[in-house]
Amino acid sequence: MDALLANLALGFSVAFTPEALMYCLLGCLLGTLIGVLPGIGPVATIAMLLPATFTLAPELSLIMLAGIYYGAQYGGSTTAILVNLPGESSSVVTALDGYQMARQGKAGTALGIAALGSFFAGCVATLLLAAAAPPLAQIAFKFGPAEYFSLMTLGLIAAVVLAHGSVIKAIGMILLGLLLGLVGTDVNSGMARFNFSIPELSDGIGFVAVAMGVFGFAEIIKNLEQGEEREIFVNKVGRLLPSMQDMKEAFPAVLRGTGLGSLLGILPGGGAVLASFSAYTLEKKIAKDSSQFGKGDIRGVAAPESANNAAAQTSFIPLLTLGIPPNPVMALMVGAMIIQGIQPGPQVMSEKPQLFWGMIVSMWIGNLMLVILNLPLIGMWIKLLTVPYRLLYPAILTFCCIGVYSLSNSPFDVVVTAMFGLIGYLFIKLDCEPAPLLLGFILGPMMEENLRRAMLLSRGDAMTFLNRPLSATLLAISLLLLVIIMLPAIRKKREEAFVEE
Amino acid sequence: MQLRNPKDFWSGVMFAVIGFAFAIIVKVYEYPMGTASRMGPGYFPFVLGNALGVLGLVILLKSFLSDGERVSKLAWRPLLWILGAVVVFGLTVKLIGLALAIIVLVLISAFGGHEFKLKEQLTAGVVLSIGSIAVFVYGLKLPFPIWPSFFG
Repeated sequence: MDALLANLALGFSVAFTPEALMYCLLGCLLGTLIGVLPGIGPVATIAMLLPATFTLAPELSLIMLAGIYYGAQYGGSTTAILVNLPGESSSVVTALDGYQMARQGKAGTALGIAALGSFFAGCVATLLLAAAAPPLAQIAFKFGPAEYFSLMTLGLIAAVVLAHGSVIKAIGMILLGLLLGLVGTDVNSGMARFNFSIPELSDGIGFVAVAMGVFGFAEIIKNLEQGEEREIFVNKVGRLLPSMQDMKEAFPAVLRGTGLGSLLGILPGGGAVLASFSAYTLEKKIAKDSSQFGKGDIRGVAAPESANNAAAQTSFIPLLTLGIPPNPVMALMVGAMIIQGIQPGPQVMSEKPQLFWGMIVSMWIGNLMLVILNLPLIGMWIKLLTVPYRLLYPAILTFCCIGVYSLSNSPFDVVVTAMFGLIGYLFIKLDCEPAPLLLGFILGPMMEENLRRAMLLSRGDAMTFLNRPLSATLLAISLLLLVIIMLPAIRKKREEAFVEE
Repeated sequence: MQLRNPKDFWSGVMFAVIGFAFAIIVKVYEYPMGTASRMGPGYFPFVLGNALGVLGLVILLKSFLSDGERVSKLAWRPLLWILGAVVVFGLTVKLIGLALAIIVLVLISAFGGHEFKLKEQLTAGVVLSIGSIAVFVYGLKLPFPIWPSFFG
């Protein structure tokens, strides 16, 4: 306990400097902005801003990037409630009841409960992160290469489970991602692989180029193809503070959403989207009277909004303790850390405590800022929603281009990104979900290295993965997950759960 | 022959071609395979590539067992204009400077949209150009040339 307090005090001393507060605010504002705007998500935004953080101190850059992620969770709900369009994929379910509440003249209440629920969830999850990270990092130090390999396998399988659509195609996307990740110089032998004598490729394909092409450019093309159809529902927001009655109804849902979200955020492959879906389903299941769901039930807003914010925070746990990104946003955070010369993993906490604890405390501050800022700023966000897409996409495109070009100040990365834009568009056409690809891409080289080390240590005996209890457990869970989703009954359920998107 | 599940069929083709291509490249370029205990640079990609190739074939064959959606037509217009605008930006920014490159980017990409309003897009380009230069070049100190290099 004392250690925790001392750590948090250290965190406060870092996060409360004017500079840190400023970048935290900047991240939160940017996050809310992209959360509000449909058609651009945190993955593309973080990818876009990554080069801009090169010159910042590591603490500041990570504080800002983290703010973008959880800020997006707040912003997404605004669009979901007012426009019946998810600004963020994690707000899909919020739109179900939130929009109905808005139609009944209770838009303000819905926005208010979403913000307060998110704030509560953010506080709890941040505390959880602070409390759980040190012991987990201790366990992580016991991990050998075999355990790391098995853990990454589990993460990838979990990503398959959570991808929408066909399971087998998601596995294909993972393998494809792993392979693309191997392009470039092999660390062990120094041999350049799959580079076709292109010198730039011997450093590998830039993950920013992949992320921005697949998530940024491909999305823009898809949106332009679909045409503009946005109806904004802003007659009257009404009072923002929920009544006591509303609070009483919503609070248990907030609690459950927070709990479920925190748990699902930690899971490799989990994250905000899954958390909000599950929280909504749970509420509907346990409610005594579920007839109001889909017609403006406040619990249908409170639970998923709390859950997605909780998950956004706790998904930092596997990243900061094990160095393994549980979702594409965290994969980009790995990239941000590596750019700053920090190898993500259990040693971050002991070697760079000011960074680690500063970031955690900043998350709490950021959540506070979001709740204070967002409620009064809602009018401004609504205005933003009226900006037509034909003016929006050139702006997104410009920032993307500046971002990619600054990676190495050469046209090469820009051309590669454009290529991945094309590839990403084909993925959309073929219903191949890109998130598992990006995860595989990041984990590819790490998996290969750990596989080689594990096999070297075991003198070529593959049984090492099963003989070591920790590793065997992780693999068993992976297998179990795969079997479960292949079961026909669950498969049907899963398809239903994702049908809304 | 009629494809029953075109989306899955073509996904299978894509995975199979790319997967086996990786495996073949390992062989053609003779990346050392090594042994199970001392894996060479070719080992992991060769295994993965073949796995993806086989998986692709499975998806391809399975597509004949179920009915699925057609692949909707590619929207060539936004595809070419957007990606074209990006490539032009990448290739010219060093020469013509950021100020001009952004305006060109906005104008070219505007052709990918549904309507093209020169005045509006030109204004957007100029505003974006000034804003980006202020934020990225002066604010974040990214090393971009602002003006065309042939102006000195």
